[in-house]
Amino acid sequence: MKIHEYQGKELFRKFGVATPRGIPCFTADEAVDAARKLGGGVWVVKAQIHAGGRGKGGGVKVAKSPDEVKQKATQILGMQLVTHQTGPGGQKVRRLLVEEGADIAKELYIGMVVDRQTQRVCLMASSEGGMDIEEVAARHPEKIHKVFIDPALGLTGEDASEVSRKIGVPENSVPQAAQLLQSLYKCFDETDASLAEINPLILTGENKVVALDSKLNFDDNGLFRHPEIVAMRDLDEEDPLEIEASKHDLSYISLDGNIGCMVNGAGLAMATMDTIKLFGGEPANFLDVGGGATAEKVTAAFKIMLSNPKVKAILVNIFGGIMKCDTIATGVVAAAREVHLSVPLVVRMRGTNEDLGKKILADSGLPIISADNMAEAAQKIVAAVKGR
Amino acid sequence: MSILVNRDTRVVTQGITGKTGQFHTQTSRAYANGKNCYVAGVNPKKAGESFEGIPVFASVRDAKSQTGVNVSVIYVPPAGAAAAIWEAVEADLDLAICITEGIPVRDMIAVRDRMKKEGRRTLLLGPNCPGVITPEELKIGIMPGHIHRKGRVGVVSRSGTLTYEAVAQLTDLGIGQSTAVGIGGDPVNGLKHVDVLQLFNEDPETDAVVMIGEIGGADEETAARWAKANMKKPVVGFIAGVTAPPGKRMGHAGAIISGGKGTAQEKLAVMEECGIRVTRNPAEMGRTLQSALK
Repeated sequence: MKIHEYQGKELFRKFGVATPRGIPCFTADEAVDAARKLGGGVWVVKAQIHAGGRGKGGGVKVAKSPDEVKQKATQILGMQLVTHQTGPGGQKVRRLLVEEGADIAKELYIGMVVDRQTQRVCLMASSEGGMDIEEVAARHPEKIHKVFIDPALGLTGEDASEVSRKIGVPENSVPQAAQLLQSLYKCFDETDASLAEINPLILTGENKVVALDSKLNFDDNGLFRHPEIVAMRDLDEEDPLEIEASKHDLSYISLDGNIGCMVNGAGLAMATMDTIKLFGGEPANFLDVGGGATAEKVTAAFKIMLSNPKVKAILVNIFGGIMKCDTIATGVVAAAREVHLSVPLVVRMRGTNEDLGKKILADSGLPIISADNMAEAAQKIVAAVKGR
Repeated sequence: MSILVNRDTRVVTQGITGKTGQFHTQTSRAYANGKNCYVAGVNPKKAGESFEGIPVFASVRDAKSQTGVNVSVIYVPPAGAAAAIWEAVEADLDLAICITEGIPVRDMIAVRDRMKKEGRRTLLLGPNCPGVITPEELKIGIMPGHIHRKGRVGVVSRSGTLTYEAVAQLTDLGIGQSTAVGIGGDPVNGLKHVDVLQLFNEDPETDAVVMIGEIGGADEETAARWAKANMKKPVVGFIAGVTAPPGKRMGHAGAIISGGKGTAQEKLAVMEECGIRVTRNPAEMGRTLQSALK
């Protein structure tokens, strides 16, 4: 799960990570009130969407008077903000963060992720803040310093100080930087985060270390322990079809093609998408119905796939193990009837009660195209799409 | 022979009093030698009771001392699953197989760290995996037993149904399996592709291996490099997720391309460089293996 920058900073402050003072706003008037409340003479108006690269896309503006704050806020609110992470359609801005202006002397980078190799949280730090870290990794890998954190000890003061020095924090600011890093790890650990990023972490003119940005993602499997984080979820930032799917316990991801696919199991679902592509088609989605699909679940899956107007055909690929083919076949027939299916449907079934499942499909009177293996299914669905 | 489990394995089910644990213990017990192999269950609150004749003990340690179990299968819900793994490790079993899906990564980091620091010998398979089967001997997990056939090809995979797909293709071609192992789709887990390849390499009754991977991480690359230097038997491979876009999690918590790393193309390229025969068509996994045996 992802949250907004301002929510991440609220969590940061709770754990002792220094941030600029700021107030989230939903209207331009609120933005002006926020600027007055914050005081000072320089403010930053920041679009709050879940994608990165907001500055480059025109979603972050500096204002030097309350009037200017109003003007910038009006410009940003409601805009379709396009960044390298949003896709060409962009993301509509519905929330702002108004912050006191910061005195930036130096920009640094801090990130934390779970490293699969060492099975530890990896702290990455670099003197090259403010730019895309993947670019730094490609061009100057020597400028990225890593600490693999012992889960029983946490991030030690020693390691935190050493890495702070390596990224160019001046000696008299090292204690504060180290404290900030330790607080960030505490935040990461105690909230079941899967990614934490501060880009940039700044050094102010007075040599204070401050998190100018925040990015926090959370492990979905850990959310049951954190109702306060679940409450931060912003459904406006998510694909409505993916939200609908999650209500039915389906794992669904929208893609750009025109062949809807419904598969059981994540690996087989990916493999099915790959096979479609291999035979010249384009999948419209990833959809894993999971291990215990019922007729209702299959119907919900069909409705979700078909609410994507690009879908011109549907491929069902089921390997029946625990889930029996006849159960799936009954579900597919019921779903096809309920949604008055008007696009070609290819079904491939293998495994438990396969023959029974095939018979149910054949006896349904519906124009269902049957296939014996994945390659044949993909060829048939691609032909069906091209034939229309 | 075979790897990890066989007809002499004795199994304890952790979570035997839950619906999932009961269902899969029943079906696994009905497969081949299962009747003799499933000898104990664990639930601290229901010690002294039994499930279809299988005695329930208060702890894995008790189950071990009373029945001699050496392998555990875990169906405990996510919040308590890491603790259940640790219980099996502490009881010094040979192998703990965790089927549970949805365990927080943080819990897995903690339990793996403890296992390594204390130098524990218990192997962990999973979590979020289908389990392991040695055809016609013993099935431990949620895979459909009837698609398997005894033979000399090892199968190792991160995903469940895709493993079944590969196994069914082999069986259709008349090629049996020595053992099929599902290592699971989570980012922090126990046995990895490379560990299972090593076991197959040492198993005199395995002649070749099908290795199935997916996007995310670098385990397949590690395994491929190890195989190039050490493997005495042919390995064929498939990687799911050529069409997966970066940054989107494809169902499995571990199946995500991040920071330009872990793409299917990258993995396939490394595998090919290391002499692993790969196919880009998942319908051809069985035939690719068949051609490698010739």
